[in-house]
Amino acid sequence: MKLAAQKLETDILIIGGGTAGCFAALTIAEQANAKVLIVEKANIKRSGCLAAGVNALNAYIVPGQTPESYLEYVKNDAEGLVREDLVYSLALRLNQVTAKVEQLGLVIQKDEAGQYVARGNRNIKINGENIKPILADAVSRHDTITVLNRVNMIDYMVKDGQVIGAYGFSLDSEIFYVISAKAVICATGGAAGLYRPNNPGFSRHKMWYSPFNTGAGYAMGIRAGAEMTTFEMRFIALRCKDTIAPTGTIAQGVGAQQINSLGREYEKQYGNPKTSNRLYSTVRENQLGRGPCYLNTAGITPQQEDELFKAYLNMAPAQTLRWFEDGKGPASMPVEIEGTEPYIVGGHTASGYWIDRSRATTLPGLYAAGDVAGGSPQKYVTGCFAEGEIAALSALTYIAAVANQWPDDEAVTCKLAAINAHLEGSVGVYTIENIEEAMQKVMDVYAGGITSGYAYNSSGLKVAQGRIEQLLALARGLRAQNLSELMSLYEVLDRLGVCQVLLEHLAARRETRWHSFQENADYPDKDDHKWLKYVNSRLVDGRVQVILRDLVGRDEHYEHRD
Amino acid sequence: MSIAIDKGRCSGCGRCRNVCPGNLLTADAQGKTEIRKPQDCWGCTSCLKECHFKAIRYFLGADIGGSGSFLYTRQEGNLLHWIIVAANGTEHIITIDKNQANAY
Ligand SMILES: Cc1cc2nc3c(=O)[nH]c(=O)nc-3n(C[C@H](O)[C@H](O)[C@H](O)COP(=O)(O)OP(=O)(O)OC[C@H]3O[C@@H](n4cnc5c(N)ncnc54)[C@H](O)[C@@H]3O)c2cc1C
Repeated sequence: MKLAAQKLETDILIIGGGTAGCFAALTIAEQANAKVLIVEKANIKRSGCLAAGVNALNAYIVPGQTPESYLEYVKNDAEGLVREDLVYSLALRLNQVTAKVEQLGLVIQKDEAGQYVARGNRNIKINGENIKPILADAVSRHDTITVLNRVNMIDYMVKDGQVIGAYGFSLDSEIFYVISAKAVICATGGAAGLYRPNNPGFSRHKMWYSPFNTGAGYAMGIRAGAEMTTFEMRFIALRCKDTIAPTGTIAQGVGAQQINSLGREYEKQYGNPKTSNRLYSTVRENQLGRGPCYLNTAGITPQQEDELFKAYLNMAPAQTLRWFEDGKGPASMPVEIEGTEPYIVGGHTASGYWIDRSRATTLPGLYAAGDVAGGSPQKYVTGCFAEGEIAALSALTYIAAVANQWPDDEAVTCKLAAINAHLEGSVGVYTIENIEEAMQKVMDVYAGGITSGYAYNSSGLKVAQGRIEQLLALARGLRAQNLSELMSLYEVLDRLGVCQVLLEHLAARRETRWHSFQENADYPDKDDHKWLKYVNSRLVDGRVQVILRDLVGRDEHYEHRD
Repeated sequence: MSIAIDKGRCSGCGRCRNVCPGNLLTADAQGKTEIRKPQDCWGCTSCLKECHFKAIRYFLGADIGGSGSFLYTRQEGNLLHWIIVAANGTEHIITIDKNQANAY
């Protein structure tokens, strides 16, 4: 099998037709006549994080709260290390993007006065099962937007330091796409599958984050020399045991507290109830022999239980099925909880592309939005919409002054030959799966995975760095027998590239800023004096170079300079 | 956790193959849907919701508490019926109105 090149041209290329990508496309189509091309590895109807549906809109400014109070909450939860300018500019848009998605057909619960019903201080209740089909439908109504489903993007086209499009390949026919665009928006989501998961066997993909978001956008940016930020702030979710279903629905929905095997509430003993502490406290209770830990659902009514069955079917159906398998629901049995393997997810923590307020990356012509963009934790669905909107408006402004460009023929030939090399010759002794498994094992054991209670030290990181380099070399020589395997091959290459950067970031932060998320056993304390700084990095001549940057305040106009 | 395809029921319409967020579904020689590797399924149920033939059954792997039950869905206008079939054959139906938000 051999791929052949096909050229496409557009004004704005959006890589990844998920939450941020679809919303960015809609924004452009509503504002201008520019041609938009969404390229999606699956099908935008159900691709990405929203595939199963979501439970609530987790970022909304409810009455009594303000964008300022939202920023304060996010900053505090992240131990001070956020890009205030990014969080704030996004918070200002949360309610308008919500109104828009309601208009598109999302059901949001309202009280008699027509006000959205709040769940806690920042959430509103929805029926989010069909949120993705709603977005996809809206996209299909615009004839300026073209969607290319089932095409996996692999690298940017860069000319004189500027991003002029991207390369990808079809999963259905032997086409290598060479796509020229005046501007590119990267919206490929975060990275799962870097560490050995909770259920490493048959249910290896029963993880929280989408196993199909493999860090492609990070990896493409890293390879092209884009600056990345705060990878060391990993996201580790506290989830229902086995099914890895979200716990917030139970914790916030019916007010269930975390208890240990002795029936005692333990969270408050570990300081303020921050996202990382909820997890860390559970990890510690287990280490101290007081596990398993649970969400205490004792006392909930049969009616509440029925509502929980429905809420889970709307986002994580495995959990409802599990209650039926057990023959007991949450009214008669507490819900066991555990921490997941670490993910890199800019929509929950601050990892991702280093961007300015307009969501421009350090590579001219390239914008980033959603889980792939850094600096701004707790974006969730609406924050990803807001960021998609900002990136779209910035890209529109940018394209007014640029023309389409094409790479030299030689560059295209070279890239195509590199892909085709993976499709030639016989499969060696190492399979794609074997390399992935090896990577997950190395990260788990030496870079703070589940096995080591999420803690790491510099000796372990050195071992991991050596092994990941080796695996990268092996992965570059892998062979694929069909297009689906070719995608898996690029996924493992991308994940290894992300691991390389992650390891440098973990090593660089010589303190422990967020328990479990970034638990540096060599430096177990937080050090505000030295480390209220962003750890950034760039790949230069194949080496990850770390750059430390000062905090950016809410009203600062940060510009990329060096 | 994964899905099992009842090839006797599968019509080969391809709707499920089209939506899988992981591109995991493919057609066999008869044009019926097949999952390449059952262990790659995320469990999102996108394919179930596309299937009008009750041909896709969602189950939990034994490693995450599965013990013989399975799940499928049926659409009826604004209603989405979730049908849980226990190992002993008893059915439990949970119906969700798409116009109704979650209580939690
Ligand atoms: C299970 C789960 C439950 C959640 N629940 C909630 C909730 O209840 N409330 C809430 O507010 N938030 C929730 N979140 C968070 C929220 O859903 C995410 O932050 C948000 O959807 C991320 O949007 P995104 O656009 O960055 O990524 P996605 O929506 O995942 O989009 C990324 C897209 O890029 C595509 N892609 C990836 N790589 C490539 C490539 N190489 N080429 C082409 N395409 C590619 C993917 O297929 C995908 O379609 C949840 C997240 C998860 C995972």
